[in-house]
Amino acid sequence: MTMSIFAIAGSALDAQSQRMNVTASNMANADSVTGPDGKPYRARQVVFQVAPLGDSQVGGVRVSDVVEDAAAPRTVFDPKNPLANADGYVTLPNVSVVEEMTNMISASRSYEANVEVLNTARSLMVKTLSIGQ
Amino acid sequence: MIDKLDAALRFNQEALDLRARRQDVLASNIANADTPNYKARDFDFGSELQRALATGTAAAGTTLATTSARHLHGNAALATDADLQYRLPTQSSIDGNTVEMNTERTAFAENAVHYETELTVTTSKIKSLLAAMQQ
Repeated sequence: MTMSIFAIAGSALDAQSQRMNVTASNMANADSVTGPDGKPYRARQVVFQVAPLGDSQVGGVRVSDVVEDAAAPRTVFDPKNPLANADGYVTLPNVSVVEEMTNMISASRSYEANVEVLNTARSLMVKTLSIGQ
Repeated sequence: MIDKLDAALRFNQEALDLRARRQDVLASNIANADTPNYKARDFDFGSELQRALATGTAAAGTTLATTSARHLHGNAALATDADLQYRLPTQSSIDGNTVEMNTERTAFAENAVHYETELTVTTSKIKSLLAAMQQ
């Protein structure tokens, strides 16, 4: 058994945990009306890409980019808010909490699957070491 | 005599090698379950094993350099890149990804069991060879 299976599953663990980080950031800032730039927070999404191992056709996965979600921001009528515009509307982040929740569940399921791959590979590797005994 | 031992274990070696290769390919599928446009790969174990056994030793691998006719001819077949094929998805997804987690995980578990079986068979073969030597 080659060592590359650990690199493959390990890269997936990295990528999925980064995806979970981004999701956590989105959910935490679902109501952040202002950011450091004075504008409402914009949701971020990770972009996954295949990371080939050498010249092999198979490989692990990596996060190629973290992009800002293009969805339009939510607006809520709240004239008492100091950040409301002239018409009384407040611009809220474009975070869709439902979408982020499903994203998080999907990421954690993928993470679990890759942990299982690692465990199986490890136990097979240990058994390979005791071959002929 | 050594080459006879080598030949006795060649089948097991090739089979283990291919099982490990398949494990890599399936792990790659599972790792890329969420990558847009990733196409799940796999290969047919039976035909690859036949190909490896038919071409293995004759294929251009690593050979021992000989400077005398009385030198032994060592010949190690390189692990050839298996002929990877694309899996046909039963339910295709909108982002062009063809990995189906249930299929991949079943195949992975099945392949792991086969790998273990192969290890057990190899071990018992080595043991019987050792027993024959100690007679």
